[in-house]
Amino acid sequence: MTKTPHISVQHLNVHIGNQHILKDININIPDKKVTSIIGPSGCGKTTLLKSFNRLLDNTPDVKITGKVLVDGEDIYAPDAEVTHIRKKMGLLSQRPYPLPMSIYDNVAYGPRIHGIRKKQQLDQLVEEQLKATGLWNEVKDRLNASATRLSIGQQQRLCLARGLAVGPEIILGDESTSALDPVSTSIIEDLFISLKEKYSIVLVTHILRQARRVSDYIIFVYMGKIIEFGPTEEVLLNPREELTKEYVKGYIS
Amino acid sequence: MKRRKLEELFFRLLMVLATIVVAGSFFLIVGTIFIKGVHYMSWDMITKVPGGGFYIGKDGGVLNAIIGSMYVAGGATILGLLISIPVALFINIYIDGKMFLSNTLRAAFDVLFGIPSIVYGAFGFLIMIYFGIRASLLGGIIAVTLLVIPILVRTLDEVIRTVPFELRDAALSLGATRWEMAKVVLRQIRPGIFTAILLSFGRAIGDVASVLFTAGFSDNIPTSLHEPAATLPLAIFFQLGSPVEEVQGRGYASALILTIIVLVITVLSDILIKKFSKHKI
Repeated sequence: MTKTPHISVQHLNVHIGNQHILKDININIPDKKVTSIIGPSGCGKTTLLKSFNRLLDNTPDVKITGKVLVDGEDIYAPDAEVTHIRKKMGLLSQRPYPLPMSIYDNVAYGPRIHGIRKKQQLDQLVEEQLKATGLWNEVKDRLNASATRLSIGQQQRLCLARGLAVGPEIILGDESTSALDPVSTSIIEDLFISLKEKYSIVLVTHILRQARRVSDYIIFVYMGKIIEFGPTEEVLLNPREELTKEYVKGYIS
Repeated sequence: MKRRKLEELFFRLLMVLATIVVAGSFFLIVGTIFIKGVHYMSWDMITKVPGGGFYIGKDGGVLNAIIGSMYVAGGATILGLLISIPVALFINIYIDGKMFLSNTLRAAFDVLFGIPSIVYGAFGFLIMIYFGIRASLLGGIIAVTLLVIPILVRTLDEVIRTVPFELRDAALSLGATRWEMAKVVLRQIRPGIFTAILLSFGRAIGDVASVLFTAGFSDNIPTSLHEPAATLPLAIFFQLGSPVEEVQGRGYASALILTIIVLVITVLSDILIKKFSKHKI
């Protein structure tokens, strides 16, 4: 962690209704690395991830305090432009949710809403991102087909291409492989590893082996608190905290 | 073991019986209209307006009512959609963080949904008096629009709620504004919009109480919004009330025409629903 952090979370508290979901979170997410958030179900992993691109805003009865700095800019500041913040981050959800349009339009959707209209430029972007996610050869002859015709694994890669097309700096993955078969999972994992050259990647996962395979750093969250944060091997093989030890060994889940 | 099998048999029988009753009533109704009306069905019925003495059994048809009903139901459905789509989007997308407000609005539309159409007719009539509109096509469209808005809003609301939140998040996380995200939602629910149109049109074209005071009745095809317009349900009502056998028969024929219109609209929207389901996840 020599570089400056890409996302810096300071005293973040999230309440939903009368539940205290995230408790005084302080963390620096390193730049151009893969960071995995692990922890038992319901511990607040996904909430933490969604706080990074303000997707919690629309949750009923939500109260968020504290700061989340992205490139030094507080995204919860009153004058922060939410569409601008979200454009900086691509989100890959648990299951692929292609937009109800063609393969081409799915990738072109982001660039289009951000003002790119020229066909030539869009064509180039679509091709580029479909190649980056290894989908180009599989779909180049049917770009106008409905995105829902693709297999689940292909759809997930399409969603990744769609996210990359808006030119983000950060990729957020919310258990992005949990609906996929082993082959598609390993394709996505390999993509994450190769994409970290250009992007900072934050993943939520409940699969420890996956966290070990892809991530450089691990955050262990338990009951809404960060218990431990450090390099992957250290957290998984030689945890400092008793709770982390128990979780890694499978005593708590 | 035996008890479980008996139970299975009993409930299966119950379901079959209930289905037979419902399907049977459907065929009985359509059959009755068909048998009583087909005899009086003629080319004149659908191509001519009532001639002098039509209501005592002489020449003419109910083209005035067919066109009038299409105008009223079509106009009300279009006007209703223009109002209902924004309302449904507002409830679901713009105030979705404020549960109390959205639930209150939903409850209000549920109440409106249950109000009998005569009340909309009376209310529409009051509006007309206030604005000095006489019984006319415009008056009919206003009253029927009031009637179909709750149907449209509630149907669209249900359909929008079936759109997965993750799809909205997907659009938002690409940097879409709420309105841009709403457009994605609208694309996703296009088939549902046709269902809403179908329900609304079906209700609008068949309702008699809301047009009773508001649309008036005329033997001519309305050429402007300010002229009174005949509607099929009212035409059926007047004809069935006649002691003349010929006129009564034509009443059934008019009912048959109304049924066929609804059938055609149903088939048409089914085709459109299929067509627009292409990209749906």
